[in-house]
Amino acid sequence: MDKKVKEPLIHITKRKMIPKKQEWAIRLGGILAALIFCAIITSVATHLNPFAVYAKMFEGSFGTERKLWALLKELGTLLLISVALAPAFKMKFWNLGGGGQVMAGVLAATAVMITMTDKLPNGAIILLSCLAALAAGALWAFIPAFCRAKWNTNETLFTLMMNYVATQIVAYYIIIWEHPKGSGKIGVINQTTHIGWLPQLGGNPYMLIVLVSIVVTIFMYIYLKYSKHGYELAVVGESENTARYVGINVGKVIIRTLILCGLICGLTGWLLVAGTDHTMTTTLEGGKGFLGVMVAWLAHFNPIGMILSGFLLCFMAKGGSEISMAFGLNRSYGDILTGIILFFVIGSEFFINYQIHFRKSHRKEAADV
Amino acid sequence: MFSLVSFLPRAIVQGIPLLLGCVGETLNEKSGSLNLGIPGVMYVGGICGVIGAFMYENSGGPFNPVLGVIIPIITCMLGALIMGLIFCFLTVTLRANQNVTGLAMTTFGVGFGNFFGGSIIKLTGAEVPSITLTATSKAFKTALPFAGKAGAIGHLLFSYSFMTYVAIVIAVLTSYVLNKTRMGLELRAVGENPATADAAGINITRYKYFSICIGCMIAGLGGLFYVLDYANGVWSNDAFGDRGWLAIALVIFSIWRPNWAIWESILFGGLYILYLYIPTGSNFAMKEIYKMLPYLVTIIMLIAISLRNKHENQPPEALGLPYFREDR
Repeated sequence: MDKKVKEPLIHITKRKMIPKKQEWAIRLGGILAALIFCAIITSVATHLNPFAVYAKMFEGSFGTERKLWALLKELGTLLLISVALAPAFKMKFWNLGGGGQVMAGVLAATAVMITMTDKLPNGAIILLSCLAALAAGALWAFIPAFCRAKWNTNETLFTLMMNYVATQIVAYYIIIWEHPKGSGKIGVINQTTHIGWLPQLGGNPYMLIVLVSIVVTIFMYIYLKYSKHGYELAVVGESENTARYVGINVGKVIIRTLILCGLICGLTGWLLVAGTDHTMTTTLEGGKGFLGVMVAWLAHFNPIGMILSGFLLCFMAKGGSEISMAFGLNRSYGDILTGIILFFVIGSEFFINYQIHFRKSHRKEAADV
Repeated sequence: MFSLVSFLPRAIVQGIPLLLGCVGETLNEKSGSLNLGIPGVMYVGGICGVIGAFMYENSGGPFNPVLGVIIPIITCMLGALIMGLIFCFLTVTLRANQNVTGLAMTTFGVGFGNFFGGSIIKLTGAEVPSITLTATSKAFKTALPFAGKAGAIGHLLFSYSFMTYVAIVIAVLTSYVLNKTRMGLELRAVGENPATADAAGINITRYKYFSICIGCMIAGLGGLFYVLDYANGVWSNDAFGDRGWLAIALVIFSIWRPNWAIWESILFGGLYILYLYIPTGSNFAMKEIYKMLPYLVTIIMLIAISLRNKHENQPPEALGLPYFREDR
């Protein structure tokens, strides 16, 4: 009986459920810890007062009406992409190709606007560019989804590669359509005639994309939570075998969900070209395909939660570029801060999902007996 | 017009950063970790090497080529090691999602590289937005002494800097360790089925930590090679480009075999610079299509291995999944 069993100092168990309040407390604690850590890094690395830096970040995001709208445009774009990715992730289909699907939409919309301008009336061009962008985005998502459903091809790597294929095709057409010749870029498309441009709602160029993102977010919330499709993809995500057993056609669900995802990404591309930017560059999506992955994951694939997590990342990006201008720092400083905050938030998820038990001291146990 | 003697060495030099990144990522993936932070790790490796070299070159003392090589390598590996530890801690200890952690690491790493790159550029007060480390680069590019005398074959085989050979040795060694040693067998078991490996008494956490950290250090060397060797010691922000993602593509294309990756890195390097050698005249657009080729062949490879469904060509079974012993 005297045999000593070595007991580990720390024992980790999975939590069953955690009250919502506690969950948010942990998450906010993570963000707070990250902000404190960032403040220390800032004062050590740049010898600036971290509070002045944070104040500047607020100013950069909300300072003027123009800055606020710029933030909202970024948030709207990011939200659209994250919401598009969410159902795929819920299905445990790692679609890292959001950026590529947006670029496919961008390319299709640009193609219609450039090649059809003299041939069709304005309304037809707007409609056609929308349809083309939707189709291109859906196609870009369909290819990896089909291979995954049919042959179980690894979708994480496939969608990742599709991003660069899309970017290079865009780069190719930028040179084909460059305007003016030799500039290496496409200037503003139809700058004088505004053919194919979407109307500005309320005189604000960013209003449309913000409104669309809100509508799509609400749609996705309902789709995931209350529709049969949403239920089916959740079952596939939990266990493909269970799904098969209850008679869900897994391949069909995968392809259907990814086409929806591609449609929203294509729509985003169309809104970027026809609605706000009116041009095509290889960096038009600006890494939002990857940011969207993080936004969706941080919100646990809940579209409403994505508004918050997306806001956090947009705030960091806008605030980061503001402090770089104000303090003469490099514009990448915001990326470093974003990275640190992400590490902390990712780390804090552990304390939501798991519980840590420390080894109880034996003396105390003996006293209890 | 097309000269193999001038094309091949350039393809090889272009391929070496990809090879190092690929070997590092293979080690990661063999332990079951899909580390999408490799592009960030390579950035950090590159800039840490540059910081080390910059501090040494500007320390005032006489320049010793041996120290000039060793210091950047040490700082580079330290930086990459820290990145590896961050990834391990978050994904292995805290069981966070690997894709999300990896992407966050890439955001962080690229930002880190560009921030410190920009800061050093500002320190030097140069007019061009780049750092030039001539002495260090010269030390890195020391070629074998008899390379010049051995004709075309000698040029093809011996004209490279020592890092090129080091990279190839690392790839061969990794391949050997993975396939021929007990350690490699156990590591592969961890990547294929951690629960079984755990039951067999293999320390999962230790294997994952070691393979991820060593893998990241190797990948970091790829970033260092790019700056101090390929780019002649010139660091400019964002110049490294999408090579980190190409390295991840190369892992698939080499079907998780570092020794195959040696040849395929040369192929990728060749595809990357092919447009320079194909007479397209003034058609710059085609150049962009050629740049797409490495990704396209990777996709084709990915579909092909899933189509043939041969067991030894599949990705590690537990790739991307966190392991928690008490999970069922």
